[in-house]
Amino acid sequence: MRNSLFTQAVDDVLAQAMAKDPRVIIMGEDVPMLRSNLLVRFGPNRVLGTPISESSFLGAGVAASMAGLRPVVEVYMVDFLGVCMDALLNHASKVEAFSGGKWTAPVVVRAPCGGGYGDGGQHEQSLWGWLAHIPGLTVVVPSTPADAGGLMLAALQHNGPVIFFEHKLLSEMWLEIMGSGGRTTTQYDVPGGGAKGTVSKHMEPIPIGKAVLRRSGSDITIVSVGVGVHRALEAAELLEKEYISASVLDLRTVSPLDKTLVCESVAQTGSLLVVDEDYESFGLSGELSAVVSETSITCKFARVCTQTTIPYSRSKEDQVLPNVDRIRNGALTLLESRR
Amino acid sequence: MPPDIWLLYSQMLKSRLFEEAIAKLWHDGLISGEMHLGTGEEAIITGVVSNLREGDSMALDHRGTSAMLIRGVDPVPILHELLGSPKGLCGGMGGHMHLFSKEYLAASSGIVGAAGPTAVGFALAAKYLRPGTVTTAFFGEGAMNQGMLMESINLATVWNLPVLFVCKNDRWSITTESAKMTGGDLNERVHGFGVPVVEEDGLDVLAVWNAAHDAIERARSGLGPTFLHAHCVHLEGHFLGYQLKRLIRSPIKDMPDVAIPLTQSFLKPSGANIRERLSGMNSIISTVMATLRSSRRESRKDPLFLAREHLHSESTRLKELEDKVEQEINQILASVLEEETS
Repeated sequence: MRNSLFTQAVDDVLAQAMAKDPRVIIMGEDVPMLRSNLLVRFGPNRVLGTPISESSFLGAGVAASMAGLRPVVEVYMVDFLGVCMDALLNHASKVEAFSGGKWTAPVVVRAPCGGGYGDGGQHEQSLWGWLAHIPGLTVVVPSTPADAGGLMLAALQHNGPVIFFEHKLLSEMWLEIMGSGGRTTTQYDVPGGGAKGTVSKHMEPIPIGKAVLRRSGSDITIVSVGVGVHRALEAAELLEKEYISASVLDLRTVSPLDKTLVCESVAQTGSLLVVDEDYESFGLSGELSAVVSETSITCKFARVCTQTTIPYSRSKEDQVLPNVDRIRNGALTLLESRR
Repeated sequence: MPPDIWLLYSQMLKSRLFEEAIAKLWHDGLISGEMHLGTGEEAIITGVVSNLREGDSMALDHRGTSAMLIRGVDPVPILHELLGSPKGLCGGMGGHMHLFSKEYLAASSGIVGAAGPTAVGFALAAKYLRPGTVTTAFFGEGAMNQGMLMESINLATVWNLPVLFVCKNDRWSITTESAKMTGGDLNERVHGFGVPVVEEDGLDVLAVWNAAHDAIERARSGLGPTFLHAHCVHLEGHFLGYQLKRLIRSPIKDMPDVAIPLTQSFLKPSGANIRERLSGMNSIISTVMATLRSSRRESRKDPLFLAREHLHSESTRLKELEDKVEQEINQILASVLEEETS
């Protein structure tokens, strides 16, 4: 075991996969400089810079995967997928169905996401619910370096399109580029356990669609992904002081959902609180409510999500994104209503 | 009517000093995330925007602060906005990449190339609702590979819309040299859409003013869009804290962080052959060298320095003007900071 930072873990498994499989290539804007360590080892034929032409290079990545390559296509931010959504919505996700199951597009899209550093509502969105809505897309949202490495390896082995989310607050590289820019005068609420952690020397894939229980409790199940998991863990510690025992479940994969583990935990606690940095309406939180409602489990439900466009103002942003206070209060209100 | 170089210079200086104040606030941590300044492109912005009048509109990119200021938007709420204050131009919701002024029909976007469709839409509305008015779109040369911008240039010409497309070419798409990612010649590309192209030195405010003046008059009289291709240098690089600039500015401090892992990775077994690896290493070195060579602080690359040369002969008047602008910006900064802290 060794210590690793979040993005370092992803880049390390990419190197591991590229050394093993010559079909793995990386492409995207500024990628030769952003992944210079991979460039000098694997050369410019496998680490490709692109113009600012998301529609064409993401679309090309999808087709290249259909024709035998294993492309990892990077976009600067998940928000920018808006420019090239067609490649995912109408192509990558549809190939398997349209071909009668005979052909797939095993492309990995690596997309930095999330807020908490003051970049505003066009550069800090989460959008995993938006992508998970589309049948045929696999969506993973790791919350620790070990999961980031393991899920990237799984994504590279998966026989279909995978969107790999990399939260900018957890990523030492993205927070430095988009946030501090080398300054020492800024402070960000970075969850330590998410930005840094132990990883195996030789990482193994983590199965897609498997959630993990980060904390075991008996009164309430808090379900989240990404940075939300760490905020939920912090809230759970505060709740403990008020004699409330909370489970915290890290989904790790948004699509497909680990319905079994969610339902198992909720059946035990009888209360489900979803913490989601993505938008509240028509998304992951509502989906989780539906998943439980479709079983015979009876449970109380509440959610702490992002309800509006993310404000640029740091103080407003901290209120709009799910924070520890909102999670704690959400849990207390939910349990109060149960009494 | 010929351009008034005194007025143009004072606008450029106002923009420069305002953005330098912003840089200070950013360095002090009062602005949290990214900050893209327009320092170095003042001659382009001033030369174009000072040709606009009531009812004209602007589609701005992620670097629109200067255009807002020169268009006449009150600098006090702009500065409040950048500090994320409720007193800000957009109530602290937008920040510098998302500045909006309905009053001046000016809209920004942090999505590269988005100024294209916005300008076409503004111009379409202008044609029906405000005949004789025009729209300007500002974007960098990196945006010229973005489909939506190419589609917009085509749409503006087939609908014969009053748009001035302004390409601010600083040769860099963040850490990528744009030429390496761009096929053919940009002017020829735009010619291919049937749109007239004017290429100017974007450091020369008089040249830009004249070119913009002709193109805007042409658009006002219903003769359709023009593409203004103007060259400049971004003095701070892509944004404040720009990686390549930091790397060459403090090589001793930052180099080992980069060079050691790079060398280790270069030497790792299993990977490409040595020729491929060297080619990768060379492309990094050539990017750093290109950054080194484009001396961003050279006075001959500074549009303010060049504009000022026209005014040297009247040194007293020049000093008065510079003192006045400096005082104005200092007062704005002081009053905004006082309001923020009170």
